[in-house]
Amino acid sequence: MPPSICAVCHANRAVILRPKNHAKLCKLCFIQTFEDEIHDTILSNKLFSHGERIAIGASGGKDSTVLASVLKTLNERHNYGAELLLLSIDEGIKGYRDDSLETVKRNAEQYDMPLTIVGYDELYGWTMDQVVEQVGKKGNCTYCGVFRRQALDRGAAMLGVKHVVTGHNADDVAETVLMNLLRGDLPRLSRATSIITSTPSASDSELTNIRRSKPLKYAYEKEIVLYAHHKKLDYFSTECIYSPEAFRGSARALIKNLERIRPSAILDIVRSGEDMAKLVPGATNDSCGGNCATGGALAVTGEEEGEGGCGSTGGRTAGGDMAQMESQLRNNEAAEAAGLEMEVPSRAPAAEGRNGSSENRKQLPFRREKNAPKQQTMGKCERCGYLSSQAICKACMLLEGLNKSRPRTSIVGVDAMR
Amino acid sequence: MAEAEKSEAQDVITLKVEFTGGLEMLFSNIKEHKLSLPAKDEQDKATTVNYLVDYLCKKVMKDRRKELFVQDGTVRPGILVLINDADWELEGEGSYELQPEDNILFVSTLHGG
Repeated sequence: MPPSICAVCHANRAVILRPKNHAKLCKLCFIQTFEDEIHDTILSNKLFSHGERIAIGASGGKDSTVLASVLKTLNERHNYGAELLLLSIDEGIKGYRDDSLETVKRNAEQYDMPLTIVGYDELYGWTMDQVVEQVGKKGNCTYCGVFRRQALDRGAAMLGVKHVVTGHNADDVAETVLMNLLRGDLPRLSRATSIITSTPSASDSELTNIRRSKPLKYAYEKEIVLYAHHKKLDYFSTECIYSPEAFRGSARALIKNLERIRPSAILDIVRSGEDMAKLVPGATNDSCGGNCATGGALAVTGEEEGEGGCGSTGGRTAGGDMAQMESQLRNNEAAEAAGLEMEVPSRAPAAEGRNGSSENRKQLPFRREKNAPKQQTMGKCERCGYLSSQAICKACMLLEGLNKSRPRTSIVGVDAMR
Repeated sequence: MAEAEKSEAQDVITLKVEFTGGLEMLFSNIKEHKLSLPAKDEQDKATTVNYLVDYLCKKVMKDRRKELFVQDGTVRPGILVLINDADWELEGEGSYELQPEDNILFVSTLHGG
Protein backbone atom coordinates (compact mmCIF):
# COMPACT_ATOMS: atom_id res chain seq x y z
CA MET A 1 0.00 0.00 0.00
CA PRO A 2 1.46 3.37 -0.93
CA PRO A 3 1.73 5.72 2.04
CA SER A 4 -1.23 8.10 2.33
CA ILE A 5 -0.64 11.83 2.40
CA CYS A 6 -2.30 14.15 4.93
CA ALA A 7 -5.50 15.70 3.57
CA VAL A 8 -4.82 19.00 5.36
CA CYS A 9 -1.15 19.84 4.86
CA HIS A 10 -0.64 17.65 1.76
CA ALA A 11 2.93 17.14 2.91
CA ASN A 12 3.30 14.63 5.71
CA ARG A 13 2.45 10.96 5.88
CA ALA A 14 -1.10 10.39 7.10
CA VAL A 15 -1.23 8.24 10.24
CA ILE A 16 -4.83 8.83 11.35
CA LEU A 17 -8.05 7.79 9.67
CA ARG A 18 -10.77 9.87 11.25
CA PRO A 19 -13.82 7.80 12.20
CA LYS A 20 -16.29 10.64 11.67
CA ASN A 21 -15.41 11.47 8.04
CA HIS A 22 -12.66 9.10 6.88
CA ALA A 23 -10.23 12.01 6.52
CA LYS A 24 -6.59 10.94 6.49
CA LEU A 25 -4.43 13.21 8.62
CA CYS A 26 -0.83 13.46 9.73
CA LYS A 27 0.00 13.59 13.39
CA LEU A 28 0.34 17.38 13.69
CA CYS A 29 -2.76 18.19 11.65
CA PHE A 30 -4.73 15.65 13.66
CA ILE A 31 -3.72 17.21 16.97
CA GLN A 32 -4.58 20.67 15.67
CA THR A 33 -7.95 19.53 14.24
CA PHE A 34 -8.88 17.65 17.40
CA GLU A 35 -8.17 20.73 19.54
CA ASP A 36 -10.01 23.05 17.12
CA GLU A 37 -13.11 20.89 17.27
CA ILE A 38 -13.17 20.91 21.07
CA HIS A 39 -12.76 24.69 20.90
CA ASP A 40 -15.74 24.87 18.52
CA THR A 41 -17.82 22.75 20.89
CA ILE A 42 -16.94 25.04 23.79
CA LEU A 43 -17.74 28.21 21.83
CA SER A 44 -20.90 27.09 20.09
CA ASN A 45 -22.40 25.78 23.31
CA LYS A 46 -21.11 28.73 25.35
CA LEU A 47 -19.69 26.32 27.88
CA PHE A 48 -17.32 28.72 29.61
CA SER A 49 -17.51 32.34 30.64
CA HIS A 50 -14.45 34.56 30.99
CA GLY A 51 -12.76 34.35 34.35
CA GLU A 52 -14.72 31.26 35.37
CA ARG A 53 -13.21 28.80 37.85
CA ILE A 54 -13.66 25.32 36.46
CA ALA A 55 -12.98 22.01 38.15
CA ILE A 56 -11.97 19.13 35.89
CA GLY A 57 -13.25 15.82 37.23
CA ALA A 58 -9.97 13.90 36.96
CA SER A 59 -9.55 10.16 37.34
CA GLY A 60 -6.14 9.76 35.73
CA GLY A 61 -7.76 7.83 32.89
CA LYS A 62 -7.49 8.69 29.21
CA ASP A 63 -10.60 10.85 28.94
CA SER A 64 -10.00 13.18 31.83
CA THR A 65 -6.27 13.36 31.14
CA VAL A 66 -6.94 14.39 27.53
CA LEU A 67 -9.60 16.83 28.75
CA ALA A 68 -7.16 18.49 31.16
CA SER A 69 -4.44 18.67 28.51
CA VAL A 70 -6.71 20.07 25.80
CA LEU A 71 -8.36 22.61 28.11
CA LYS A 72 -4.98 23.87 29.27
CA THR A 73 -3.86 24.26 25.66
CA LEU A 74 -7.07 25.99 24.57
CA ASN A 75 -7.24 28.21 27.63
CA GLU A 76 -3.83 29.58 26.77
CA ARG A 77 -4.29 29.64 23.00
CA HIS A 78 -7.72 31.28 22.94
CA ASN A 79 -7.49 33.25 26.15
CA TYR A 80 -10.57 31.78 27.86
CA GLY A 81 -9.37 33.34 31.08
CA ALA A 82 -10.53 30.21 32.88
CA GLU A 83 -9.00 29.11 36.14
CA LEU A 84 -8.62 25.34 35.83
CA LEU A 85 -8.47 23.02 38.82
CA LEU A 86 -8.30 19.25 39.12
CA LEU A 87 -10.86 17.50 41.29
CA SER A 88 -10.44 13.80 41.99
CA ILE A 89 -12.62 11.39 43.87
CA ASP A 90 -10.99 8.72 45.98
CA GLU A 91 -13.48 5.88 46.21
CA GLY A 92 -11.14 4.01 48.48
CA ILE A 93 -10.33 1.04 46.27
CA LYS A 94 -6.86 -0.29 47.01
CA GLY A 95 -4.87 -1.46 44.03
CA TYR A 96 -7.00 0.60 41.69
CA ARG A 97 -7.80 4.13 42.71
CA ASP A 98 -4.67 4.69 44.74
CA ASP A 99 -2.64 3.88 41.61
CA SER A 100 -4.68 6.11 39.34
CA LEU A 101 -4.49 8.97 41.83
CA GLU A 102 -0.71 8.84 41.48
CA THR A 103 -1.26 9.60 37.80
CA VAL A 104 -3.51 12.54 38.65
CA LYS A 105 -0.83 13.87 40.99
CA ARG A 106 1.68 13.78 38.15
CA ASN A 107 -0.87 15.46 35.84
CA ALA A 108 -1.32 18.24 38.39
CA GLU A 109 2.40 18.97 38.13
CA GLN A 110 2.56 18.50 34.37
CA TYR A 111 -0.35 20.88 33.75
CA ASP A 112 0.38 23.18 36.67
CA MET A 113 -3.13 22.85 38.09
CA PRO A 114 -4.01 22.63 41.79
CA LEU A 115 -5.40 19.22 42.74
CA THR A 116 -8.05 18.43 45.33
CA ILE A 117 -8.84 14.84 46.29
CA VAL A 118 -12.14 14.10 48.04
CA GLY A 119 -12.51 10.69 49.63
CA TYR A 120 -15.60 8.58 50.13
CA ASP A 121 -14.32 7.86 53.63
CA GLU A 122 -14.36 11.51 54.69
CA LEU A 123 -17.69 12.19 52.94
CA TYR A 124 -19.61 9.07 53.85
CA GLY A 125 -17.54 7.25 56.44
CA TRP A 126 -17.16 4.30 54.09
CA THR A 127 -14.54 3.40 51.53
CA MET A 128 -15.64 1.25 48.60
CA ASP A 129 -13.42 -1.52 49.95
CA GLN A 130 -15.53 -1.47 53.12
CA VAL A 131 -18.78 -1.26 51.16
CA VAL A 132 -17.80 -4.33 49.15
CA GLU A 133 -16.88 -6.15 52.32
CA GLN A 134 -20.39 -5.38 53.52
CA VAL A 135 -22.58 -5.87 50.46
CA GLY A 136 -20.41 -8.10 48.28
CA LYS A 137 -19.19 -7.51 44.78
CA LYS A 138 -22.63 -7.68 43.26
CA GLY A 139 -24.43 -4.37 43.20
CA ASN A 140 -21.61 -2.38 44.72
CA CYS A 141 -21.43 -0.27 41.54
CA THR A 142 -24.77 1.30 42.49
CA TYR A 143 -23.24 2.62 45.70
CA CYS A 144 -20.18 3.83 43.91
CA GLY A 145 -22.19 5.63 41.22
CA VAL A 146 -24.55 7.38 43.64
CA PHE A 147 -21.70 8.37 45.92
CA ARG A 148 -19.53 9.62 43.07
CA ARG A 149 -22.12 11.95 41.65
CA GLN A 150 -22.57 13.69 44.98
CA ALA A 151 -18.86 13.61 45.71
CA LEU A 152 -18.03 15.68 42.64
CA ASP A 153 -20.62 18.28 43.62
CA ARG A 154 -19.43 18.30 47.21
CA GLY A 155 -15.83 18.65 46.12
CA ALA A 156 -16.80 21.54 43.85
CA ALA A 157 -18.70 23.19 46.69
CA MET A 158 -15.66 22.81 48.94
CA LEU A 159 -13.59 24.60 46.31
CA GLY A 160 -16.25 27.25 45.76
CA VAL A 161 -16.44 26.20 42.12
CA LYS A 162 -19.71 26.46 40.19
CA HIS A 163 -18.74 24.42 37.17
CA VAL A 164 -17.43 20.87 36.82
CA VAL A 165 -16.32 19.46 33.48
CA THR A 166 -16.13 15.73 32.91
CA GLY A 167 -14.42 13.60 30.26
CA HIS A 168 -17.54 11.94 28.84
CA ASN A 169 -16.93 11.25 25.16
CA ALA A 170 -19.13 10.50 22.14
CA ASP A 171 -18.93 6.74 22.75
CA ASP A 172 -20.11 7.24 26.35
CA VAL A 173 -23.04 9.37 25.23
CA ALA A 174 -24.00 6.97 22.42
CA GLU A 175 -23.94 4.10 24.89
CA THR A 176 -26.15 6.00 27.33
CA VAL A 177 -28.58 6.91 24.54
CA LEU A 178 -28.96 3.24 23.61
CA MET A 179 -29.40 2.14 27.21
CA ASN A 180 -32.02 4.78 27.96
CA LEU A 181 -33.88 4.03 24.74
CA LEU A 182 -33.99 0.34 25.58
CA ARG A 183 -35.14 1.14 29.08
CA GLY A 184 -37.72 3.59 27.78
CA ASP A 185 -36.39 6.16 30.23
CA LEU A 186 -37.23 9.38 28.40
CA PRO A 187 -36.38 11.96 31.08
CA ARG A 188 -32.96 10.42 31.50
CA LEU A 189 -32.46 10.26 27.76
CA SER A 190 -32.94 13.98 27.68
CA ARG A 191 -30.50 14.63 30.52
CA ALA A 192 -27.86 12.27 29.21
CA THR A 193 -27.70 13.90 25.81
CA SER A 194 -27.34 17.47 27.09
CA ILE A 195 -23.89 18.91 26.90
CA ILE A 196 -24.61 21.04 29.96
CA THR A 197 -26.61 19.95 32.95
CA SER A 198 -27.22 21.83 36.11
CA THR A 199 -28.67 21.09 39.47
CA PRO A 200 -31.08 23.95 40.10
CA SER A 201 -33.39 23.93 43.06
CA ALA A 202 -35.57 26.29 44.97
CA SER A 203 -33.19 26.26 47.88
CA ASP A 204 -29.96 28.18 47.85
CA SER A 205 -27.78 25.43 49.16
CA GLU A 206 -24.19 25.70 48.03
CA LEU A 207 -24.50 22.21 46.61
CA THR A 208 -26.99 23.35 44.04
CA ASN A 209 -26.52 25.22 40.81
CA ILE A 210 -23.27 23.48 40.06
CA ARG A 211 -23.03 23.18 36.31
CA ARG A 212 -21.78 20.02 34.65
CA SER A 213 -20.52 19.99 31.10
CA LYS A 214 -18.92 17.55 28.70
CA PRO A 215 -16.54 19.33 26.30
CA LEU A 216 -15.53 15.96 24.76
CA LYS A 217 -19.13 14.99 24.02
CA TYR A 218 -18.54 14.90 20.26
CA ALA A 219 -15.05 13.42 20.44
CA TYR A 220 -14.60 9.76 19.51
CA GLU A 221 -13.00 7.56 22.12
CA LYS A 222 -10.68 6.34 19.39
CA GLU A 223 -9.43 9.86 18.72
CA ILE A 224 -9.07 10.58 22.43
CA VAL A 225 -6.81 7.55 22.77
CA LEU A 226 -4.87 8.53 19.65
CA TYR A 227 -4.51 12.11 20.89
CA ALA A 228 -3.13 10.81 24.18
CA HIS A 229 -0.81 8.49 22.28
CA HIS A 230 0.56 11.06 19.86
CA LYS A 231 0.92 13.74 22.53
CA LYS A 232 2.52 11.11 24.80
CA LEU A 233 0.18 11.94 27.66
CA ASP A 234 0.60 10.19 30.95
CA TYR A 235 -2.60 8.28 31.72
CA PHE A 236 -3.66 5.31 33.74
CA SER A 237 -5.66 2.44 32.35
CA THR A 238 -6.95 -0.54 34.15
CA GLU A 239 -10.31 -1.90 35.03
CA CYS A 240 -11.83 -1.38 38.44
CA ILE A 241 -11.06 -4.48 40.49
CA TYR A 242 -14.73 -4.78 41.48
CA SER A 243 -16.03 -4.93 37.92
CA PRO A 244 -13.20 -6.53 35.97
CA GLU A 245 -15.54 -7.78 33.28
CA ALA A 246 -17.50 -4.56 33.03
CA PHE A 247 -16.53 -4.09 29.42
CA ARG A 248 -17.80 -7.47 28.34
CA GLY A 249 -21.25 -8.06 26.95
CA SER A 250 -22.21 -4.49 27.58
CA ALA A 251 -23.78 -1.80 25.46
CA ARG A 252 -20.20 -0.70 25.03
CA ALA A 253 -19.41 -3.80 23.00
CA LEU A 254 -22.41 -3.11 20.78
CA ILE A 255 -21.20 0.44 20.14
CA LYS A 256 -17.73 -0.79 19.26
CA ASN A 257 -19.12 -3.40 16.89
CA LEU A 258 -21.22 -0.74 15.18
CA GLU A 259 -18.14 1.45 14.88
CA ARG A 260 -16.25 -1.33 13.16
CA ILE A 261 -18.98 -1.58 10.51
CA ARG A 262 -19.64 2.13 10.07
CA PRO A 263 -17.60 4.51 12.23
CA SER A 264 -19.96 7.46 11.82
CA ALA A 265 -22.64 5.42 13.64
CA ILE A 266 -21.43 6.73 16.99
CA LEU A 267 -22.02 10.40 16.22
CA ASP A 268 -25.24 9.49 14.43
CA ILE A 269 -26.54 7.90 17.64
CA VAL A 270 -25.48 10.94 19.66
CA ARG A 271 -27.32 13.27 17.25
CA SER A 272 -30.38 11.02 17.13
CA GLY A 273 -30.40 10.98 20.92
CA GLU A 274 -30.38 14.78 20.96
CA ASP A 275 -33.23 14.93 18.45
CA MET A 276 -35.31 12.40 20.35
CA ALA A 277 -34.63 14.24 23.60
CA LYS A 278 -36.19 17.36 22.06
CA LEU A 279 -39.39 15.39 21.60
CA VAL A 280 -39.56 14.42 25.26
CA PRO A 281 -42.43 16.45 26.71
CA GLY A 282 -41.38 18.90 29.37
CA ALA A 283 -37.71 18.35 28.79
CA THR A 284 -37.11 21.89 27.64
CA ASN A 285 -35.31 24.44 29.71
CA ASP A 286 -38.51 25.87 31.16
CA SER A 287 -38.07 23.20 33.78
CA CYS A 288 -35.01 25.01 35.04
CA GLY A 289 -37.14 27.42 36.99
CA GLY A 290 -35.18 30.43 35.82
CA ASN A 291 -32.01 29.18 37.43
CA CYS A 292 -30.32 28.22 34.21
CA ALA A 293 -27.36 30.23 33.15
CA THR A 294 -27.56 29.27 29.51
CA GLY A 295 -30.42 28.35 27.27
CA GLY A 296 -30.42 25.71 24.58
CA ALA A 297 -28.82 22.45 25.46
CA LEU A 298 -29.35 22.66 29.17
CA ALA A 299 -31.13 20.03 31.16
CA VAL A 300 -32.00 19.55 34.74
CA THR A 301 -30.15 16.72 36.27
CA GLY A 302 -31.17 14.55 39.10
CA GLU A 303 -29.08 12.88 41.72
CA GLU A 304 -29.43 9.55 40.01
CA GLU A 305 -27.59 10.40 36.83
CA GLY A 306 -24.43 8.68 37.91
CA GLU A 307 -26.23 5.71 39.34
CA GLY A 308 -25.07 2.32 38.21
CA GLY A 309 -22.12 3.82 36.45
CA CYS A 310 -18.81 2.22 37.04
CA GLY A 311 -15.49 3.35 35.82
CA SER A 312 -14.72 6.98 36.32
CA THR A 313 -16.88 8.02 33.42
CA GLY A 314 -20.31 7.78 34.93
CA GLY A 315 -21.93 6.82 31.66
CA ARG A 316 -20.26 3.47 31.56
CA THR A 317 -22.66 0.69 32.32
CA ALA A 318 -21.81 -2.36 34.26
CA GLY A 319 -21.38 -5.66 32.51
CA GLY A 320 -24.40 -7.81 32.02
CA ASP A 321 -26.62 -4.78 31.47
CA MET A 322 -27.35 -5.88 27.95
CA ALA A 323 -28.02 -9.41 29.04
CA GLN A 324 -30.47 -8.12 31.59
CA MET A 325 -32.11 -6.00 28.94
CA GLU A 326 -32.39 -8.95 26.61
CA SER A 327 -34.11 -11.10 29.18
CA GLN A 328 -36.47 -8.22 29.89
CA LEU A 329 -37.31 -7.95 26.22
CA ARG A 330 -37.90 -11.69 26.05
CA ASN A 331 -40.26 -11.43 28.99
CA ASN A 332 -42.08 -8.59 27.30
CA GLU A 333 -42.45 -10.59 24.14
CA ALA A 334 -43.78 -13.51 26.10
CA ALA A 335 -46.25 -11.25 27.85
CA GLU A 336 -47.37 -9.79 24.57
CA ALA A 337 -47.85 -13.20 23.06
CA ALA A 338 -49.97 -14.11 26.02
CA GLY A 339 -52.15 -11.09 25.28
CA LEU A 340 -51.02 -9.21 28.34
CA GLU A 341 -50.29 -5.55 28.59
CA MET A 342 -46.69 -4.74 27.94
CA GLU A 343 -44.85 -3.34 30.81
CA VAL A 344 -41.33 -2.14 31.31
CA PRO A 345 -40.26 -3.79 34.51
CA SER A 346 -38.48 -1.61 36.98
CA ARG A 347 -34.76 -2.10 37.22
CA ALA A 348 -34.46 0.26 40.13
CA PRO A 349 -32.20 -0.66 43.02
CA ALA A 350 -33.89 -2.07 46.09
CA ALA A 351 -33.53 1.19 47.96
CA GLU A 352 -35.97 2.85 45.60
CA GLY A 353 -38.92 0.82 46.61
CA ARG A 354 -38.73 2.35 50.02
CA ASN A 355 -38.93 5.95 49.00
CA GLY A 356 -42.29 5.56 47.40
CA SER A 357 -41.37 5.91 43.76
CA SER A 358 -42.25 2.36 42.85
CA GLU A 359 -45.67 3.45 41.67
CA ASN A 360 -44.33 5.79 39.01
CA ARG A 361 -41.78 3.29 37.90
CA LYS A 362 -44.39 0.74 37.02
CA GLN A 363 -46.28 3.01 34.68
CA LEU A 364 -46.66 1.92 31.12
CA PRO A 365 -44.41 3.68 28.69
CA PHE A 366 -47.35 4.71 26.51
CA ARG A 367 -49.34 6.19 29.30
CA ARG A 368 -46.31 7.98 30.51
CA GLU A 369 -45.87 9.64 27.19
CA LYS A 370 -49.42 10.89 27.01
CA ASN A 371 -49.27 12.48 30.42
CA ALA A 372 -45.74 13.76 29.87
CA PRO A 373 -43.03 12.29 32.02
CA LYS A 374 -43.19 13.23 35.62
CA GLN A 375 -40.93 16.16 36.23
CA GLN A 376 -38.52 15.92 39.06
CA THR A 377 -39.30 18.47 41.68
CA MET A 378 -36.09 19.25 43.40
CA GLY A 379 -35.83 19.83 47.07
CA LYS A 380 -33.20 19.23 49.69
CA CYS A 381 -32.38 15.97 51.39
CA GLU A 382 -33.58 16.20 54.99
CA ARG A 383 -30.38 14.65 56.24
CA CYS A 384 -27.49 15.98 54.23
CA GLY A 385 -28.92 18.98 52.37
CA TYR A 386 -28.02 17.56 48.98
CA LEU A 387 -30.34 18.13 46.06
CA SER A 388 -32.98 15.43 46.01
CA SER A 389 -36.34 14.72 44.48
CA GLN A 390 -37.20 12.68 47.54
CA ALA A 391 -37.25 13.62 51.21
CA ILE A 392 -34.06 11.65 51.71
CA CYS A 393 -31.47 11.48 48.95
CA LYS A 394 -30.24 8.23 47.45
CA ALA A 395 -26.82 8.40 49.07
CA CYS A 396 -28.40 8.77 52.51
CA MET A 397 -30.76 5.87 51.80
CA LEU A 398 -27.83 3.68 50.84
CA LEU A 399 -25.81 4.84 53.83
CA GLU A 400 -28.68 4.05 56.16
CA GLY A 401 -28.69 0.49 54.90
CA LEU A 402 -24.93 0.22 55.28
CA ASN A 403 -24.81 1.72 58.74
CA LYS A 404 -27.67 -0.43 60.01
CA SER A 405 -25.82 -3.61 59.24
CA ARG A 406 -22.46 -2.37 60.41
CA PRO A 407 -22.76 -3.36 64.11
CA ARG A 408 -23.78 -6.88 63.13
CA THR A 409 -20.73 -7.47 60.99
CA SER A 410 -18.46 -5.91 63.54
CA ILE A 411 -19.07 -8.94 65.70
CA VAL A 412 -17.55 -11.08 62.99
CA GLY A 413 -14.86 -8.80 61.73
CA VAL A 414 -13.43 -5.93 63.72
CA ASP A 415 -11.88 -4.65 60.50
CA ALA A 416 -15.19 -3.30 59.31
CA MET A 417 -15.23 -0.85 62.19
CA ARG A 418 -13.08 2.17 61.91
CA MET B 1 7.98 -1.67 1.33
CA ALA B 2 11.38 -0.53 0.05
CA GLU B 3 12.84 -2.80 2.65
CA ALA B 4 11.08 -5.82 1.19
CA GLU B 5 14.28 -7.12 -0.38
CA LYS B 6 16.03 -6.95 2.95
CA SER B 7 13.54 -9.32 4.57
CA GLU B 8 13.95 -11.87 1.81
CA ALA B 9 17.57 -12.28 2.71
CA GLN B 10 16.64 -13.29 6.26
CA ASP B 11 14.33 -16.09 7.35
CA VAL B 12 13.24 -14.26 10.46
CA ILE B 13 12.06 -10.73 11.04
CA THR B 14 12.32 -9.02 14.38
CA LEU B 15 9.53 -6.80 15.58
CA LYS B 16 8.72 -4.58 18.49
CA VAL B 17 5.19 -5.34 19.69
CA GLU B 18 3.63 -3.11 22.33
CA PHE B 19 0.45 -3.35 24.40
CA THR B 20 -1.03 -0.34 26.16
CA GLY B 21 -4.30 1.06 27.41
CA GLY B 22 -4.77 -1.85 29.79
CA LEU B 23 -4.19 -4.55 27.18
CA GLU B 24 -0.84 -5.40 28.75
CA MET B 25 -2.87 -7.13 31.49
CA LEU B 26 -3.52 -9.96 29.04
CA PHE B 27 0.17 -10.26 28.19
CA SER B 28 1.74 -10.94 31.58
CA ASN B 29 1.75 -7.20 32.33
CA ILE B 30 4.62 -6.70 29.91
CA LYS B 31 4.12 -3.70 27.67
CA GLU B 32 6.96 -4.20 25.24
CA HIS B 33 7.76 -7.48 23.52
CA LYS B 34 10.65 -8.16 21.15
CA LEU B 35 9.58 -10.90 18.79
CA SER B 36 11.21 -12.84 16.01
CA LEU B 37 8.81 -14.19 13.43
CA PRO B 38 9.45 -16.30 10.36
CA ALA B 39 9.57 -14.09 7.30
CA LYS B 40 7.34 -16.53 5.41
CA ASP B 41 4.31 -18.44 6.58
CA GLU B 42 3.51 -22.12 5.88
CA GLN B 43 2.26 -21.25 2.40
CA ASP B 44 5.53 -19.43 1.68
CA LYS B 45 3.77 -16.07 1.75
CA ALA B 46 5.11 -13.02 3.55
CA THR B 47 3.95 -12.91 7.15
CA THR B 48 1.23 -10.43 7.86
CA VAL B 49 -0.32 -8.70 10.86
CA ASN B 50 -2.98 -11.43 10.85
CA TYR B 51 -0.19 -13.97 11.26
CA LEU B 52 1.21 -11.91 14.12
CA VAL B 53 -2.17 -11.73 15.88
CA ASP B 54 -2.54 -15.49 15.60
CA TYR B 55 1.04 -15.96 16.82
CA LEU B 56 0.41 -13.68 19.80
CA CYS B 57 -2.65 -15.70 20.79
CA LYS B 58 -0.93 -19.05 20.46
CA LYS B 59 2.60 -18.33 21.62
CA VAL B 60 2.73 -15.16 23.68
CA MET B 61 -0.57 -14.74 25.48
CA LYS B 62 -0.76 -16.76 28.67
CA ASP B 63 -4.13 -15.37 29.71
CA ARG B 64 -6.91 -17.72 28.74
CA ARG B 65 -9.38 -15.00 27.89
CA LYS B 66 -8.46 -14.86 24.20
CA GLU B 67 -11.84 -13.31 23.42
CA LEU B 68 -10.69 -10.12 25.11
CA PHE B 69 -8.07 -9.74 22.37
CA VAL B 70 -9.54 -11.41 19.29
CA GLN B 71 -13.08 -11.76 18.06
CA ASP B 72 -14.34 -13.32 14.84
CA GLY B 73 -10.84 -14.00 13.67
CA THR B 74 -9.55 -10.48 13.99
CA VAL B 75 -8.56 -7.97 16.64
CA ARG B 76 -11.53 -7.19 18.84
CA PRO B 77 -13.41 -3.94 18.10
CA GLY B 78 -12.27 -1.26 20.51
CA ILE B 79 -8.63 -2.25 20.23
CA LEU B 80 -6.60 0.06 18.00
CA VAL B 81 -3.70 -1.28 15.99
CA LEU B 82 -0.92 1.10 14.99
CA ILE B 83 1.73 0.04 12.49
CA ASN B 84 4.75 2.29 12.91
CA ASP B 85 2.40 4.82 14.52
CA ALA B 86 -0.10 4.73 11.64
CA ASP B 87 -3.65 3.39 11.94
CA TRP B 88 -3.59 -0.12 10.49
CA GLU B 89 -6.65 0.78 8.40
CA LEU B 90 -4.30 2.98 6.37
CA GLU B 91 -1.87 0.10 5.92
CA GLY B 92 -4.18 -2.68 4.77
CA GLU B 93 -5.19 -3.91 8.23
CA GLY B 94 -4.49 -7.59 8.81
CA SER B 95 -3.08 -8.17 5.35
CA TYR B 96 -0.20 -5.73 5.93
CA GLU B 97 3.07 -7.56 5.27
CA LEU B 98 5.44 -7.23 8.19
CA GLN B 99 8.79 -5.57 7.61
CA PRO B 100 11.93 -5.99 9.73
CA GLU B 101 12.00 -3.75 12.80
CA ASP B 102 8.34 -2.81 12.44
CA ASN B 103 6.70 -1.40 15.53
CA ILE B 104 3.23 -2.81 16.07
CA LEU B 105 1.20 -1.23 18.85
CA PHE B 106 -2.08 -2.57 20.22
CA VAL B 107 -4.00 -0.02 22.31
CA SER B 108 -7.19 -0.81 24.13
CA THR B 109 -9.78 1.97 24.23
CA LEU B 110 -12.04 -0.16 26.37
CA HIS B 111 -10.55 0.42 29.77
CA GLY B 112 -11.61 3.11 32.14
CA GLY B 113 -9.54 5.14 34.51
